[in-house]
Amino acid sequence: MTHKNLQVEAIEQGSVIDHISPQQGIKILKFFQFNNKNEKITIGLNLPTNNGESKDLIKIENLFISNTQANQLALFTPNATINQIKNFKVVHKYKVKLPTSFIGMLSCPNSNCICRHENVKTTFYIQKNTTLKLKCHYCEKSFDRTFFNELY
Amino acid sequence: MNNPLFKKNIISIADLSRNELELILNVAKSLKETPQPALLKNKVIASCFFESSTRTRLSFETAVLRLGGNVIGFDDANNTSLFKKGETLVDSVKVIGAYADAFFIRHPQEGAARLTAECVDIPVINAGDGTNQHPTQTVLDLFSIFETQQTLENLNIAFVGDLKYSRTVHSLVQAISLFSCNLFFISANTLAMPDYILEALDKKNISYSMHKSIEEIIDSLDIIYITRVQKERLHETEYQHIKSVFVLKKSMLSNVRENLRILHPLPRIDEIESDIDSTPYAYYFQQAKNAIYARQAVLALLLTNKFTKGDEE
Ligand SMILES: [Zn+2]
Repeated sequence: MTHKNLQVEAIEQGSVIDHISPQQGIKILKFFQFNNKNEKITIGLNLPTNNGESKDLIKIENLFISNTQANQLALFTPNATINQIKNFKVVHKYKVKLPTSFIGMLSCPNSNCICRHENVKTTFYIQKNTTLKLKCHYCEKSFDRTFFNELY
Repeated sequence: MNNPLFKKNIISIADLSRNELELILNVAKSLKETPQPALLKNKVIASCFFESSTRTRLSFETAVLRLGGNVIGFDDANNTSLFKKGETLVDSVKVIGAYADAFFIRHPQEGAARLTAECVDIPVINAGDGTNQHPTQTVLDLFSIFETQQTLENLNIAFVGDLKYSRTVHSLVQAISLFSCNLFFISANTLAMPDYILEALDKKNISYSMHKSIEEIIDSLDIIYITRVQKERLHETEYQHIKSVFVLKKSMLSNVRENLRILHPLPRIDEIESDIDSTPYAYYFQQAKNAIYARQAVLALLLTNKFTKGDEE
């Protein structure tokens, strides 16, 4: 058995979210409400990587994450990879890509934004300058990603 | 070329291209020179002020009436049954949108005008949504610059006063950055232009500089856009200091360019000395009047297909 396999138990089928930036594992679990499902979840925090850094890792049994869902993870962890497992084998591997917008997923940090007061789907556009920011479709204000702590 | 704004909305200055802005300015000029008192005949325009703003409302409604249209609406949602019955904005505007041919809306929350535009099938004009946008104010400011200078290119434009919080200043800078002008920002440190605006100017390669006093650069300016410093934004001592430093005095105008014009969104407190009013440089009252033409131009373009670029009637 390799060192890697010793760290986290293998799953028969489901998804492994690997290479999560350190400190983001718990946040992702909560943000995407993976912990509200009844499936078995294994989470690894601060696992050593081959190049001497650390990462978080989440394994969820019997849940297959679509590429669209996976791309939403990029907001918190731009380098994550999603492995789909069937019969203990990786059948599909996908590296997350930052989408151009987030629709119906984030709540606007501006408490005076109309989307906080009316029943509407939020939209945020990704703006890449020196730092990554998200611009609200309604109030047109831009926010750092650290402002987003909860799901819509 | 068709009118690209026909049946569209005017929600944010950021949505408008340079071509569209130029079209609006040309139509405003045309309507100022040649009134069109029957252009909106038989049209009903909804004027919905969910918060009161007397100046804006009167100029919008005057613009409609000068084009021969009719106005329905309210001047403060607190006086209507909408609020008392607790109806959502979405439901209210859907009903009003079914009665009218166009809609202008003022609302205390950011994004209300865009949401309205998504809920109704008629053109929507944003008359101010919280701290976000007030695009026709920007259009009338641009029109005043264009009218007094005959161009929007290569001008030296100074912004003085509250550059940090002034929505009017931010929108005008955003719009003027579609043209190649030199910008000068004059303010106290506490009221300086926000970084995100400066970053946007850098991205567009617009030249700008910061200054501590008006006198430093006044002799090379074509436009001074000065705003009121809002007392509630500052400590009393700071307010008194800023108020005394960033004031335009008649004595400063002895060597200025002949074409210099001073603009102010009004109301002013005492940042422009009143003896400037009678000089040829003062343009703020004409600017206020231009609100009518700018708003007429927007209404005319959204509601009729009569105006096209380079072919004004
Ligand atoms: Zn917002």
